[in-house]
Amino acid sequence: MAGKIKRLLALGAVVLTTAALAWAGSDDQPKASGAPKPVITKAVKGEQCVEPNDFMRRNHMKVLLHHRDETVLEGIRTKKYSLKECINCHASEKTGSVAASKDDFCVSCHSYAAVKIDCFDCHSTKPQGSMAMHPLNAETAHYAHKLAAQANSKISAEEMAGIAQ
Amino acid sequence: MNDMKSMSDNTPSSPERRRFISAATVTAAGVTLAPGVMLIDVAHGRPEEQAASSAVRWGMLVDATKCASGCDECVSACSTENGWTPVAESAHPKQAPQWIRKLELQDPLTQAETNLPMMCQHCEEPPCVDVCPTGASFKRADGIVLVNRHTCIGCRYCMMACPYKARSLVHEPLNDTQKPDVPRGIGCVESCTFCVQKVDRGDGTTACVEACTASGHNALVFGDMNDPESEISKRLRELPTKQVRADLNLNLGVRYHGI
Repeated sequence: MAGKIKRLLALGAVVLTTAALAWAGSDDQPKASGAPKPVITKAVKGEQCVEPNDFMRRNHMKVLLHHRDETVLEGIRTKKYSLKECINCHASEKTGSVAASKDDFCVSCHSYAAVKIDCFDCHSTKPQGSMAMHPLNAETAHYAHKLAAQANSKISAEEMAGIAQ
Repeated sequence: MNDMKSMSDNTPSSPERRRFISAATVTAAGVTLAPGVMLIDVAHGRPEEQAASSAVRWGMLVDATKCASGCDECVSACSTENGWTPVAESAHPKQAPQWIRKLELQDPLTQAETNLPMMCQHCEEPPCVDVCPTGASFKRADGIVLVNRHTCIGCRYCMMACPYKARSLVHEPLNDTQKPDVPRGIGCVESCTFCVQKVDRGDGTTACVEACTASGHNALVFGDMNDPESEISKRLRELPTKQVRADLNLNLGVRYHGI
């Protein structure tokens, strides 16, 4: 008999706790504002990415991984899915980089999602060549229309080129 | 020996011109043999979607008789192209990465001096590939021996295995000073890549060869050793050349004349 009462009491405690929790959950408490949303800057080139945005947001790592092996092992250096091309388009206008400051394209999302990337332990975070020094370089020609804006920029040509050590 | 031809008779063309020419070769290189069958001239720049082919074997000829004492144009050109800090400027010279180095040798008996650059010899049977525990050290189809930094764990076994002391480990963080074309990073082993980024671009030459030619020494020739018509093949036919440590039977991609 004593055992039965004990069991009933325990059950009662569980039911009460659950109800209390449910009540607390339904309450319209002010939610914590959470981590700041990532800043997604439009690419400098300002055109469509190689795939739709939704696809790239979910799958960019897969296509990059595939392309990386083709490039390193077989020497296939096509532009589509090339990390270098990502950087060419997405480098921030302020820092000239995709990962130098916390609002830069790659870092911004990755810090929000708490996914550490080690791409930039080895890869340069800056586009090929200097936008300021070689405006007609085929690799950076799409920056030509940005050159006028750069003239007033505080970033030196060396910094843009990534040659300042 | 007197009728030995100079290593490079042609004047160096400007990079723009070369790029234009190589681009033109790429488009003109596809010769239709039959409907649907194309003969692609792989040695002079392949289409960028085409993998490196084993029909090509990149190699280098070093004429030590023309390599000048005190000249390190090839070393500084390599450093500039590939973004490694020159050893003299490094905070830790003893462990600084070095893709190519100049050697000055002296015969103790005759006092005869020999100058030569030493770098990865791009062996056909590379010991570094044999010993690599992760498969990061590999030989590309066109004979270029490379390190896949994505799989390199920095164990340095390949550095031990290399008979030419050609490889280095990056000990220090590089802090985004890398060249966009040449990713490098702390904790990975690296060595001469025969300027693989230039080869894939269709330049058909390397930074050290360009610098040596520009300085007027013409001690280096780079090219496809499988193509009998390439300049390097012609020179190799004419000149007596040696492989360093030929006793190891590694079939080197770098051949020396005058050592």
